[in-house]
Amino acid sequence: MLWLALFFCVPFLIVLKISFAQAVFGQVPPYTPLLETTADGATSLRLHIANYAALLADPLYIAAYLKSLLFASISTLCCLLLGYPIAYGITRAPRMLRLLLLVLVILPFWTSSLLRTYALIGLLRANGIVSQALAWLGVIEPGEAVLHTDLAVYIGITYNYLPFMILPLAATLIRLDFTLLEAAADLGAKPWQAFVRVTLPLSLPGILAGTLLVFIPAVGEFVIPDVLGGPDALTIGRVLWTEFFTNRDWPLSAAIAVAMLLLIVLPTLLFEYVENRRVAREAQS
Amino acid sequence: MMALGYAFLYLPIVSVIVFSFSGSDRATTWGGFSLQWYAALAQNEQILEAARRSLTIAAISATAAVALGTASGLALSRFGRFPGRGVLSLLNSAPMVMPDVMLGLSSLLLFVGLQQVFGWPERGMTTITLAHITLTACYVTVVVRSRMTSMDASLEEAAMDLGAKPWRVFFVITLPLIAPALLAGWLLAFTLSLDDLVIASFASGPGSTTLPMLVYSKVKIGVTPEINALTTIIVILVTIGVTVAGVLMHRRERKLARAGD
Repeated sequence: MLWLALFFCVPFLIVLKISFAQAVFGQVPPYTPLLETTADGATSLRLHIANYAALLADPLYIAAYLKSLLFASISTLCCLLLGYPIAYGITRAPRMLRLLLLVLVILPFWTSSLLRTYALIGLLRANGIVSQALAWLGVIEPGEAVLHTDLAVYIGITYNYLPFMILPLAATLIRLDFTLLEAAADLGAKPWQAFVRVTLPLSLPGILAGTLLVFIPAVGEFVIPDVLGGPDALTIGRVLWTEFFTNRDWPLSAAIAVAMLLLIVLPTLLFEYVENRRVAREAQS
Repeated sequence: MMALGYAFLYLPIVSVIVFSFSGSDRATTWGGFSLQWYAALAQNEQILEAARRSLTIAAISATAAVALGTASGLALSRFGRFPGRGVLSLLNSAPMVMPDVMLGLSSLLLFVGLQQVFGWPERGMTTITLAHITLTACYVTVVVRSRMTSMDASLEEAAMDLGAKPWRVFFVITLPLIAPALLAGWLLAFTLSLDDLVIASFASGPGSTTLPMLVYSKVKIGVTPEINALTTIIVILVTIGVTVAGVLMHRRERKLARAGD
């Protein structure tokens, strides 16, 4: 019965997901006729090329892609810079404290990300703590708000995705053999040398996993740029949302999604797949 | 540096909790201690209705996701190299990293296609639940799979050798051993579903506004202090839930470890 359940459930899962994938890839559509067009397959095929042409022709879309990439890259970097010391600190802490620190990292993740983004609004307004602190530091003019600027989006994405960076990093760092560091020290390496030449390379899988977990969702992020960013913080996610909900242009939003998949998600996923196999092969040999 | 990191993680939440008790109409100025926003929340039928809807969807999809996720987690960790394993593994990790807007759009297109061909499903709670099952089952799979990989397979093999049928092995040996992972997976799926705005927006139909969708529209209009109270309640519930689950799992692990000695 277990076998039956398995071989019924697993293909079901695969079918569910493949049909899912086809809905992304094949925006050639049995889907579109529902809306404006009552065309047959041939006309919708033409329509579908037109969508990509529109993507390339209108600088708005290309600008949105670049903006998304910029938001995602800088925020991922911030997550890494902030998350690495935290992850390192967690793994070096005594056992009980380590557990508590880990739980404290995970706890915000269990709370709604929408509500956490909302929580930032109060801090980023003109009279909010963060805006006042940054004004005091001279980063922004006094009385100005961080809210509705690109800086707010960086802060928002970093804040929301930080746990996704810390957890894989901590998972790798905890498996790190600290006698290696002692050995390096015995052989005369300075702490920073030991870090750069031993710790950093060994934690590379964690860095990769964390970067992946932060970067891809950040590229398509809709809520954070929409709530915290200004009107010019147009990301792919926002453009897709607007095309879909405001302009009700389903084929175009599908084309945006496919372009996003082809440009960012697929290469990164493939990279991770290849990397995983390499690691597995190394572990075997 | 670490303290700074934790301050960064908690400052926004703490500030919302503090202001949820403010007597002021404005969400950022302190107006003395008051519970008025909790009272307002308790009377807001719209929010309560959306919350009930969200909780229902989350409970159903978490339960279904645990069933599906356990099956594929089991397959990925126990059945060696069966055909399609790589594909299943890749498909499983895809929805977790994929941006929400893409998942939302693609599941909607799937539902619209299904509806045209079979006349089912009607867009609304059903479609939101189905989309959430697809998403959360992947997370459950990962949790179950990692638990299974770290678990000793020899117990199951021993049971098989002693003549237990596969389903019996599953219910008597495997299921109790992975129960903590199932609980963790269920909680994870539940919160993910409860939290989701983007996918639900795409998959929803008229009259099926979920709590995040309602919060989002309120936030877009402007900050309403009621949302502070709502956030506080959710944070407290989540903290209690995670703590209880953590303690339960910890105790169980200890008991198992002691039994193993």
